[in-house]
Order: sequence, then C-alpha cells, then structure tokens
Amino acid sequence: MNAPLLPPKLPHVGQSPVRVDADAKVRGTTRYVDDLPFDGWHGATVRTPIARGKVKAVRFLEGPDWREFVIVTAKDIPASVASVHAPDTSHGASDGPVSNLVDLNMVQLIERDQPYLVRSEFRHKYEPVVLLAHPDPDVLRWAATRVHVECEAQPAYLDYTQLPVSEQIQRGTDNSLKSLRLCKGAGESEAELEAVFANAFKVVEGVYHTGAQEQAYIEPQGMIARVELHPHDQMHPHWPKQPFKVRIEGSMQCPFYVHTAIKHLTNLPDDAVEIAQTATGGGFGGKEDYPSIIAGHATLLAMKARRPIKIIYDRVEDMQATTKRHPCETRIRTAHDQDGKLLALQAQVRMDGGAYLTLTPVVLSRGTLHIAGPYQIPNVRIESKAVLTNTAPNGAFRGFGAPQTIFAMERHLDKAAKALGITGDVIRKRNFVVQGGTLSTGQVIGEAIDYAGWLAQVQAELGWSEKYKQYQDFNAEQTRAGGMLRRGLGLSSFMHGCGFTGSGEVALDSRCKVRVTAEGKVEVCVANTEIGQGATTIFAQIAADALGLSLGDVCVARPDTKEVPNSGPTVASRTSMVVGHLVARACDDLVLNLEKAGLLSGELAHPSAVPAPSALSVARGTTWQPTALRKALKAAAEMPANVKEGWSRYEPPPGVIWDDSVYKGVAYGTYAWAVYGADVEVDTTTMEVKVLDFVAFQEVGRVLNPTLAVGQIAGGVVQGLGWALWEDVRLDAQGGMANANLTSYVIPTMADVPTIRVFFAENPYNYGPFGAKGIGELPMDGPAPAVCNALSMALDAPIDAIPATAEALLAATLK
Amino acid sequence: MSADHPALDPREAARPRVRIRVTVNGTAREIDVAPMQRLLDVLRNDLHLTGTKEGCGEGECGACSVLLAGRPVNSCLVPAVHADGQEITTIEGLAQHGAMHAVQKAFVKAGSAQCGICTPGMVVTAAWLVDSHKGQAVPEPEIRAHLAGNLCRCTGYGQIVEAVVDALQQQATEG
Repeated sequence: MNAPLLPPKLPHVGQSPVRVDADAKVRGTTRYVDDLPFDGWHGATVRTPIARGKVKAVRFLEGPDWREFVIVTAKDIPASVASVHAPDTSHGASDGPVSNLVDLNMVQLIERDQPYLVRSEFRHKYEPVVLLAHPDPDVLRWAATRVHVECEAQPAYLDYTQLPVSEQIQRGTDNSLKSLRLCKGAGESEAELEAVFANAFKVVEGVYHTGAQEQAYIEPQGMIARVELHPHDQMHPHWPKQPFKVRIEGSMQCPFYVHTAIKHLTNLPDDAVEIAQTATGGGFGGKEDYPSIIAGHATLLAMKARRPIKIIYDRVEDMQATTKRHPCETRIRTAHDQDGKLLALQAQVRMDGGAYLTLTPVVLSRGTLHIAGPYQIPNVRIESKAVLTNTAPNGAFRGFGAPQTIFAMERHLDKAAKALGITGDVIRKRNFVVQGGTLSTGQVIGEAIDYAGWLAQVQAELGWSEKYKQYQDFNAEQTRAGGMLRRGLGLSSFMHGCGFTGSGEVALDSRCKVRVTAEGKVEVCVANTEIGQGATTIFAQIAADALGLSLGDVCVARPDTKEVPNSGPTVASRTSMVVGHLVARACDDLVLNLEKAGLLSGELAHPSAVPAPSALSVARGTTWQPTALRKALKAAAEMPANVKEGWSRYEPPPGVIWDDSVYKGVAYGTYAWAVYGADVEVDTTTMEVKVLDFVAFQEVGRVLNPTLAVGQIAGGVVQGLGWALWEDVRLDAQGGMANANLTSYVIPTMADVPTIRVFFAENPYNYGPFGAKGIGELPMDGPAPAVCNALSMALDAPIDAIPATAEALLAATLK
Repeated sequence: MSADHPALDPREAARPRVRIRVTVNGTAREIDVAPMQRLLDVLRNDLHLTGTKEGCGEGECGACSVLLAGRPVNSCLVPAVHADGQEITTIEGLAQHGAMHAVQKAFVKAGSAQCGICTPGMVVTAAWLVDSHKGQAVPEPEIRAHLAGNLCRCTGYGQIVEAVVDALQQQATEG
C-alpha cells in the first residue's frame, strides 16, 4: 500500500484538544431528553406477562379513573393499507416477502416482523400491548399496574442450544432467522475437509459459550413526540385522513433509522417526519434500533392525545424490554501440523436471536467473518445460524457478533496450544497472517501488519517472560502448601472490520454536507451522533485541519433529519473512518466551490500554510493562508447553496468487492488490528478474580485524538471485562430478564478494574480521514478471551464459558 | 405489582404536603413536598436542577449523587423530608461565580467525561473526596474505593482516576 500523502504533524488531528462538549458536561448543564422543558403528557407501556401466547383480553381494573387517560392499542393502527414508501433496503435486501399493502403496526427494519403493539399473538415476555398517557407520571405508573393482560399460553422456546420441538417452531422449519456458510480451500467440500483432518498431526475440538449482555448505558431510553394533526382530523376512531407532521426528540444513535421507522408507521412522506437527537447518555448499540419502537409508541400516543408525549423508561423497564448482546454457542475443530500451524478450521456458530429478526442477520454475519481471526488458515468451513427464541429480541451491542466468535477462537487457540505442548503466545506467532496473506474470505492483506511484533510488545509490557515461569512456580507452590491464590497470564489477538460489512457501505450511500453559516463559520452537517465517543470533537478536528483553519472556525450541527443529510447510522466503527472521510471530502468540495465562485485562489501560498484538502485527496497542491479562506467564507455566507455548501457522497475504496452469495471477497475495506494481554489473580476461597494488569495494544491507522482514543479503548476493555466476569443476564421461567436492575446485574465499578494500559501503533489508512480507521468496537473483542486464557492458566482448568462468575469458575475447577 | 393488589392512588399518598426548609447551592428554599417524595425529584422537578440524573432509581449507579450536609448521598434514596434544615450541594453549585471546581477543571483536561450522564454525580462525589482530603495524599485504591458507588459505562474509569489525582495535587499546591 502506498504511503498516504500526509504531513506528519497537523494542528488538530493527532492532538488532544478539549472535547467540545466537556464544559457543559462537567457543569451538568447538558440537557438530556428527560431534562428538557416539557409541557405535555407522559406515556407508559403495558406488557405481556408470559413468554408466548395470545392476548385474550385487556382488563382495566378498578382504581384509576380511566377517563383521565389516553389509551392506545393495536386496534388503533391500520392493519392493511397501501404504503407510500418503497421497501427499505438500507440494511441489504430482505429475505422476507415484500408487499405494498402493509400493516402499519410492524416496525420497519430488515424485515417487518415485530409489532409496535401486540394484536393477538406474541412471542416474548414484556412485549408491548397497551400504551397509556396521563399528565401525572406518578398516577401513570400506578395505572399501568392496574391493566391486566389476559393471555392464553403457547409452548415457548427458550434454550437456543437445543433444537426446537414441533410445538416450539414459530419460523420456517427450525426457527432459523438466518444461516450463513463461509468456506475456503478444502472447506468448500466436506469430504476434502475431512481428509485434511484425517491427515493432521493433531485435531483439537472445543465448545464455547458466551452470554447475553446488557448495554447498561447510564441514561435509560427516552423519547418525546410532537404531532401536528390537521385541526379537523383525529386518530380516533379512524386513522388521520389529512396529512400530518411528526417531530421526535430523544436519546438515540441513528436519527435516520428512527426516521425510516416513523415514516413507515405513520405512512407519511419523508419530509413530514423530523427526528432530532438529544444529548445521549451512552448507546453501545442499545440505542441503535430500539429507539424506533419508543419513538413509535410516543407518536401513537401523541396522535391520539393531540399533545406532546414523553416516554422515559426506568431502569427496570429498560433492562426487561430492550435488546441485549446475542448469546452464542461456538463449536470449533482445528487441524494442526506438528509445529502447531493451523491446517484447517471448522466451526459451527449458533446465536440466540430472540423473538424477532431485528438486526440479527447482520450480527451473525459479523460473527462469521471474524471467527478465523488474523491467522493464515488454508482450509476453512464456518456454518452459522441464528435462531428465534421467546425472549426479548437480541440486538446490537458494541462488537456486533464479533466478540462472541473471537472469544471462542482465542480460547480455542490456547486449548490447541496446550494439546500441542506449546504456549498461547507460540501458537499465535506460528499462525499470524502477514502482508500478502489471506483471511478466511480470501481477502488479501495489503497493509503492512506486524502481529508478531505487536504480540512481543504486549508480552514485554506484561513482563511475560519472567512472570509466566514465576506464576507457574507460584501456582505449584500454592497448591503444594494449601494456599488459595492462583495467578495467570493470557493473550488474545484479533481484528475488527471497520464500517459496514461487504457492500453495506455502498447500500447506505452516505452523504455529508458542510455549509457556511451566517457568521462565516463552517458547519459540519451529518446524521452521526455524539454518544460519548467524541464524534463532534473528531468531526471538528477533521474539518479544521481539512480547511487549514482553527477549531473556532468550525462547528458541528445537531443531528436533526430536517437539517442534515443521511450520513448513515452511528454504528459499526464507521463514524470517524467513513463519515470523517466524508467530512474531509465535503470540505474539499466547499473549497472548490469557493474557488469556482472566484472567492478564493491558491496564489496566496505561504510556507506555513496548510495544504488544501484538495491537495490531500486529489493532489492539486494548492495552498492558502487561513485569512484568505476566512475572508472567502465571510463572503460566501450570503451566497447561494452551490457556493456556500460542500457535499460528499460515499465511494468505496478501489478493490473493495464483496460477493454476498458465496461469502467471498473484501469483507471490510480495512481492519483495526490488536493484541491484548491480561494478568489475573484468583482467590480460590471465594473465586473472586482480580485483574492485576491489562494491556491493550492496537493498530488503528492515524489516531485522531489520543485522549479520546484512549478513552474509547479503556472503556471498551472494561465493558469486555464486565462481560467476561460479572455481567450475567438471568432469565426467569418465562424468558424475561430476572435480574433487571443494576443491583443484581453487576457492571464493573471503579474498584473492580485496574487502569487499562492502552498502546497504539499508527499505520495510516488511505481511505480514512488523515489515515484514521474505526476503533469503537475493537476493544470489546479482546478482553474476554485474554482474561479467560489467564484464568485457565491460573486455575489449570479450561474456562470456556462466560460470564466466568465465581460460581462458574468453581464449577469449572470441579469438573 | 400484581393485578389483585389495588394500590393507593398516588395522589392520596402524596398528602399531606410537608414544608421543608433547605439551603440548595447556597440559597435558602422552602418547598412543600409529599411525605415520600425523593430528594432527586424535588431537585429536578421543583427546583429545575436537572444536572442531577436518575440512572437506576435504587442507589446503585450514583448518577443522582449530591452533597447533603457535606456528604455524598444518592438523592434517589433520600426522602426529601430528611433533608429538612440541611445544606444541599448539586453539580450546579460546585462552580463558584462561574469558575469551575478543581475537579471539574481536571475532568475537562483528562477527558473524563464521555457521554456525560454519570459525570455530574461522579464530579460531585470526587469534589467531596478532594475537598475532604486537602493536603493529603490519597492512594489510587482508596480513590477507587471512594468512587465505586458511581458507575460509568463509557470510560473504563482510568481517565476519571487521573483527573481526581490531578485535582488532589492542584488542591495541595494551592494550599
């Protein structure tokens, strides 16, 4: 790969200017959705009490004066109308039937299989049945407990690791939501693959389990809906006959996902629906698709109540009703030669999709594409399946399927090493893919990657060479002397694909706009949201350096579908890399427009001036002084859009070609590459695990803002440690979350973790802004296997399932 | 709550109102509250101090931390009547005449706020820690123990600890 055309040091990119939102956040003046002045009514949701069945009746019990309430049920929503919209294909083509005559009650996502409100049949506990609105939130909460949903139970399917029996089948022949197959080399034929295994020096098999995980953003979900109905029109007793308008504000990652959902629900044209993000107190995937449902509920109540409606979930409702990380079972079989080199990998992945399709096919895809890791494996066969179960739908959570299969593969490599009589570092070194090698999809690695070197750095930071022997001796001595402490070291090496998978970015067709404000500032207009990761600061840094201006010359617009183009969702580690690149290119376009309008010329070149963005991306070589550009911007403020706006549209990097039908090709334009290491101690009296040290090393292209990048990685690692050790989603007999509160669902506190030590290698990527790649999800992938490899060493027992709670560790040591 | 359990209309439970006198961020206030009304709701709804957040409603996450009589409490667990006659400091009261508390400055510098929803509670607790340990060295494990009641899901805590260490040092040098 060519060295990118970049100056080594820039005024903002690569520096750590203070976050643009820091001041308001530390003063407590940032307004989240529940902090906004609000003059409407409050909304609440009444839900199903059991896993599966039919609603027979809804009874409004004595107590509340029901005349005070606005009540919405599925009966208020038309079941068969001609849609004004073409089917949405932004997630890729649907497998399901497409009809223009639609039930407006179905949530528009990949498939329209999930209702906003149960009509009769339902598939999980805590599914919404009745919506209530009232001016007093205390009265509303009480009233919601006085609605009785009477049901007829049907057989539920709750254990995704078992095959469903006939009464449990609710989709296809086996409850399958999606199946995928990825093959390479002899993996294309089962017989040929068997021959590789038959002739191998060593065959190693293992089964690995990862549990559900709650995103546990500290701000629960919440939405406000405002509806403008025609004065003589109403929702009840019929759907509004006249066109109307909807405006939603709330906590969300993806305003245009909500926009798509609400325009389909209301059957209104695009411009009649406006969605604006409010300051969002964490997302992690949990506010990717679910906010559409709450926005839909608020809209329905607002239509009937003819007044603004606010729905804020409390923590319990949020944990009971919203999506979790997909539980996953992965069976792996590997064939090795006498040096431990991988000859073949065969894997079966089974994920628990929950009751509806939501984003499951895409989660399964990412899991399938990441399992083979950064290893050169000639023969691969991966078969994966996600199944419908009668729990709340599982959905997006940082990592999006990859952490599950990476856990399995990275644990399996340590297991294989043990079987081969070598250590975990050695088996990895012997199998790392290098530049020119191929991943499981056949994607050729063009980048100069150095996993062996990175692994060595992690080992040096951990003090591996001294500690490994020390810990072996320590554990032997403790065992001999009846001591209770055990120590271990563990590694994981992995990668995370940046951006949407395969042709997904092309399907998204993202646009970005920058515009000159009345004050002559450049405003970045994108739909990507600040959810804590620092997106607004990053966009400002990119725009400032792309224009050669200072941070004070640029600003970032609030993501509001009325104001910004659709630059795609805030997911998939795509915001900095994909959208950031669009921002830089839109700045380019603005400069070209200023030049075309005769407001700016390149003759003002100055030795200290920054090269024009067009010099970066189209090698024009123009430079100017910031004063000349500022003058041009002031002049442009009064000019028409073709002068004062710059636009960009996604273009795939050359050579990014993906064939979804055979699962081959370039799955991602690039990857973030990483090696993590953990140092742990277990007190076998209580099985309490102490993470003594954690080293996170990654190559992420150009680091745009070191402070933000460290914060992203350290935060992701601690979420990963939580998933590995403590976060245990327990289901009751009806498939509902039994520990739906932060007291009994335990996320890491400050006292539970060490300061994560974060290291970066920078190898600029030509198609990210100033060489940046995506980093958001990467740190979720590596901690669980690194810690479980360390625990397996400490306890001399395979820790193949997470969460590795104290009880689970005790059970594993007693096996 | 089960359907055969007709709980009382909360409007009944909200009576009789009780008058409390509190000093909030230095200003004396008189407020009529319901007997079991949470201090959190009084601050947010009656006094419009929305910097204090509700994350869990059961004293687990610390997003609602405020100082009551100089000590951090979870305002979601404190009936407002218990605050009668006391001084309360919320996140809005930490800055003096607009100038940030040392902890706030340190949080800005270290990048300790990400999504920001835990930040007010975290800053309030950290400010208490720093102010009550003036001139003392506080070892990192002790900092972590003191702040373990404030959950953050974004940062992994390292940059928060860094800011608290920094603020303690600033306080020490300022004397």
